[in-house]
Amino acid sequence: MSAKAKLALAFALTATAGMVQAADLRIGLQEDPDVLDPDQSRTFVGRIVYASLCDKLFDISPDLEIIPMLATEWSWSDDGTELTMSLREGVTFHDGEPFNAEAVVYNINRSQTLEESRRKSEIASITGVEALDDMTVKITVGAPDATLIAQLADRAGMMLSPKAAEEAGADLGLNPVCSGPFKFVERIQQDRIVLEKFAEYYNADAINFDTVTFLPIPDTTVRLANLRSGDIDMLERLAATDVASVRGDSGLKLESATSIGYQGITINVGNGERANNPLGLDSRVRKALSLSIDREALNQVVFEGAFTPGNQHVPPNSPWYDDRFPVEARDIEAAKALLAEAGYADGVTIEMQTANNPVQTQVVQVIQAMAAEAGITIEIAAKEFATMLSEQTAGNYTSTQVGWSGRVDPDGNIHQFVTTGGGLNDAKYSNPEVDRLLNEARASNDTAVRKQAYEAATEILMTDLPLVYLYHPAWIWALDASVEGFVPYPDGMIRLQGVSMTE
Amino acid sequence: MLAFLGRRVLIAIPTIILISIFVFGLQHLLPGDPVLAMAGEERDPAVLEALREKYRLNDPIPVQYATWIGNAMQGDLGTSLRTRQPVLELIGEKLPVTIQLAVMALLMAMLIGIPAGVISAYKKGTWIDWVANVTALSGLSVPNFWLGIMLILLVSVKLGWLPASGYSPFMDDPLTSIRNMLMPAFVLGTGLAGTLMRHTRSAMLGVLRSDYVRTARAKGLAERTVLVKHALRNALVPIVTIISLLFGELLAGAVLTEQIFTIPGFGKLVVDAVFNRDYAVVQGIVLCTGIAFIFMNIFADAAYRVLNPRMRDQ
Repeated sequence: MSAKAKLALAFALTATAGMVQAADLRIGLQEDPDVLDPDQSRTFVGRIVYASLCDKLFDISPDLEIIPMLATEWSWSDDGTELTMSLREGVTFHDGEPFNAEAVVYNINRSQTLEESRRKSEIASITGVEALDDMTVKITVGAPDATLIAQLADRAGMMLSPKAAEEAGADLGLNPVCSGPFKFVERIQQDRIVLEKFAEYYNADAINFDTVTFLPIPDTTVRLANLRSGDIDMLERLAATDVASVRGDSGLKLESATSIGYQGITINVGNGERANNPLGLDSRVRKALSLSIDREALNQVVFEGAFTPGNQHVPPNSPWYDDRFPVEARDIEAAKALLAEAGYADGVTIEMQTANNPVQTQVVQVIQAMAAEAGITIEIAAKEFATMLSEQTAGNYTSTQVGWSGRVDPDGNIHQFVTTGGGLNDAKYSNPEVDRLLNEARASNDTAVRKQAYEAATEILMTDLPLVYLYHPAWIWALDASVEGFVPYPDGMIRLQGVSMTE
Repeated sequence: MLAFLGRRVLIAIPTIILISIFVFGLQHLLPGDPVLAMAGEERDPAVLEALREKYRLNDPIPVQYATWIGNAMQGDLGTSLRTRQPVLELIGEKLPVTIQLAVMALLMAMLIGIPAGVISAYKKGTWIDWVANVTALSGLSVPNFWLGIMLILLVSVKLGWLPASGYSPFMDDPLTSIRNMLMPAFVLGTGLAGTLMRHTRSAMLGVLRSDYVRTARAKGLAERTVLVKHALRNALVPIVTIISLLFGELLAGAVLTEQIFTIPGFGKLVVDAVFNRDYAVVQGIVLCTGIAFIFMNIFADAAYRVLNPRMRDQ
């Protein structure tokens, strides 16, 4: 065979191979993402797009271990104030710019200084970042911060092309330039986001699609209908009530993972005047409320058993879960006894805010029915989500059924919620001992030390109960049966490495 | 005619200013802080404060209004708090989508409603009239969102005839675009078809009783000619008014329909903007719709004067 013929054959083979995998993966999203700039964005759904668009310094494994991504090796100095990282060689940004230590320095600075940046608090501990050589970076923190690497395994650690970011400034989100497996093609708001395979991606062999299209389809029924009719290939956040129907459909597949987030009841224990009620004043009443709830039944009734009942800030399958306090069984008698002990033998009436969507309303209605049997009358105040949050921040509430999408590091699930002055501490709970323990857990890189501190804090929180945890949602994905290789992650992201479609 | 139009446009200006003040004020009375809505669950007090400063949400409301209206008069409606896209660009992107939906739905409504109204008036009291009335009533009473979901399940999932949702621009590929829009336009159109059928029927009944129809028949004209040329043509005048009024209903209906069929139009834009407290977008949209409505009205009045010579002297 002549060289020319060989070339032609090779070309033909590549062309056919290309045709076999000349595929577009269409993913149905529950919402339209917000601005596509990792430093400015805030939505969960936006992170799903980033998983294909922007590589991070670190990634996580399905069991929440930190694994290398753009940083290949790293180590902390003995005093825990210096983090030295070696970077991956041969990585380029979508605009052809090289990824190196200078790029990391630029990105950390941007996250810290861009006026619109939402990442400032996440990496507030960083006091300095410098390039030691072309492929080595040193980050200095003011005080030891065990949560930093987990932050850099999310949006704060996503690397943008310095050149593109410099040119676009705060408008980068209209045309994001990262180094992930896919590059940005176009976005039509509320309609689609199209990404195209990045040929120079360092792990391009693991990517089996030429393009990936994200389609925001808010209605769950319609999203599933689109999957069934073949208009999309997979969807995220299937409604728990549709699980059975998807399982019964041979053309579809179901995947799920217990999320790192939680849903619970935040109780106003010190946020202004409205904390002055039996629930806010007396932890025994809060304990009675908690005891009156059958978490397993709640899970069965509202979520067809697809979620995980819980009573702590992390789910029972997490390594950080405190086994000394398993999810309690319902105990109406004990609840009544506690109420009587607190001086409310005739029962109490409390108000509970909830987001006015069907699922959350149903959750609160089930709780209302259960609590009533213990003598706790719940008056439901259904509010539109933004209103509910602002009432909660302002202290204009007694209790709120609200959740948190969760963070890889346990600190992100608890510290801001219960420490004095914590940014998300709407309960205005304050206990110096809890503050001390959670600050200690945050400052140590030693897992054993951290675990001990969390356990001590959990013990106190289990008595004080400023938050009554209810359950941990599951991320549920429905896929066309032809989609292979999808791995569910507890962070709810869709990682396309290794995913393919058979004909 | 020119003087008439000039007068109407002049009157429109204070109306538009009133609308803008009203919208601006009402929106700021709403509970729920835009910055908090933007932040969602990830609320960081320092970031929130910086954003409030940046978007000048700490200014007194009259000052905010003055800034906004001043910029608006220069064609700058601000940028979306949520996606950073300029509001004017967003509106320009979404408006054609909704117009296409509205036009197709209106065509559907007219194609169904007018003939049905004519026939049922003509066959008054027979079973045909009865069937038409019952159908019109069900068209009016079945909610759009329910009909939409049922149609998706039947036509897309079961039969696989049409895509379940989505949109493709008409200019790129007219056929695909129409296919995509067919179901939503049908859903939106059926509701209006009912109204249109009822009005056509009563207008036709009135006209059919009139002297000139009796005269036409007495002259021995074919029934078809009597019906279409003499009766329907005269009945159309009030129907045109109804159609121009239906336009408002159409825009309101589009909000729901676009939500169900995931059509990236004006309705979806406004719903999302309200829920996200994306002030700049809501204000921009309401201002534009307000202006559009006022001009629709002026246009309808002008058309009326053209159609009906008797109105010109009034």
